[in-house]
Amino acid sequence: MAIEVRIPTILRTYTDGERVVEGSGSTVTEVIDQLENDHAGIKERLIENGEARRFVNIYVNDEDIRFTGNLGTPVADGDTVVILPAVAGGSAGV
Amino acid sequence: MRFDSLIDSVGRTPLVGLPTLSPSPDVRLWAKLEDQNPTGSIKDRAALSMILRAEKEGRLHPGATILEPTSGNTGISLAMVARQRGYRIICVMPENTSIERTQLLTMWGAEIIPSPAAGGSNEAVRVAKGLAAEHPDWVMLYQYGNPANADAHYEGTGPEILGDLPEVTHFVAGLGTTGTLMGAGRFFREHKPEVRIVAAEPRYGELVYGLRNLDEGFIPELYDASMIDARFSVGPRDAVRRVRELVESEGIFAGISTGAILHAALAQAAKCVKAGEKADIVFIVCDGGWKYLSTGAYEGTLDEAEDKLDGQLWA
Repeated sequence: MAIEVRIPTILRTYTDGERVVEGSGSTVTEVIDQLENDHAGIKERLIENGEARRFVNIYVNDEDIRFTGNLGTPVADGDTVVILPAVAGGSAGV
Repeated sequence: MRFDSLIDSVGRTPLVGLPTLSPSPDVRLWAKLEDQNPTGSIKDRAALSMILRAEKEGRLHPGATILEPTSGNTGISLAMVARQRGYRIICVMPENTSIERTQLLTMWGAEIIPSPAAGGSNEAVRVAKGLAAEHPDWVMLYQYGNPANADAHYEGTGPEILGDLPEVTHFVAGLGTTGTLMGAGRFFREHKPEVRIVAAEPRYGELVYGLRNLDEGFIPELYDASMIDARFSVGPRDAVRRVRELVESEGIFAGISTGAILHAALAQAAKCVKAGEKADIVFIVCDGGWKYLSTGAYEGTLDEAEDKLDGQLWA
């Protein structure tokens, strides 16, 4: 079993239109490095100065990595990594 | 309980235990029933607080026009208060919200300017900011950046919970304007810092994120990441599943965003059980399910409900 990485629409130009790609690695950093090997150019859109870009949210099994160890957050086979742009207000019917 | 007017009855909502959904006597869930506010949502607190602050600061006078980007609840709350105090209110609302919200806003006297579905609330904010620039005499209270929004929860929601449940260990709420989490979070940081603050963020379908450029995202001006300890992204399937469990197991009929919050609360509860910790987890019931009946969330299979919610701003 591998790691499932979900790609937002805006970045699918790097993945030949694929919305889900296979990833590998033991941390989010390693998953993104592997992603860059397979889809050159994508890393620069996600990472800046060693951190996720301000308007990029990355989730491992639905939990925001900014609260679980950032790019060092551990991942394992069977985990799902979701990448999403930050959007306005979701909840409680703003 | 007796009040001089409806506005005076905002807040002081019940906190009820969840005997069936709580995983064990040591890990208990508690629901803060914000649907029991006058217009049926937690937004009554923020709306009243923002209007009172604007009046105090001299920004609002009788006959003034209030403008607000809102997907429904805040607009309904603002309209209820505005009509009684003699203000005109205009809401900029994404066109992909439920029909009930439009009907309710109109009933309470708000005028609606629709914003494009693609882009969701981001677009509503952008359109409202444009209108505010064109009409400098209109007053945009701007829930995403108005400290009076968070203060309503610093002064109300947080202290009410600590008063009713001094043993509280976790507070779980939805992340929209971030006002609830920022206000209650700041209250707990100051008064019981060991309380963990957990955010549940709805994850929408492709349409909502589709056009977003990664360099033009939106983070509410109120947001301060140091006020929260964990943040869960919850998709429509889990939100619908949980909102159905809540009514089936505990009799609480809540809106879909509450399902997302309950999902995060149960994830937190499972972690506490696994770690062998005692926990009293409070989560917010933002509103009742009435406004969302037409979305199809409460009938048919989960697959059907998920399909119907795709492309809608369900929370």
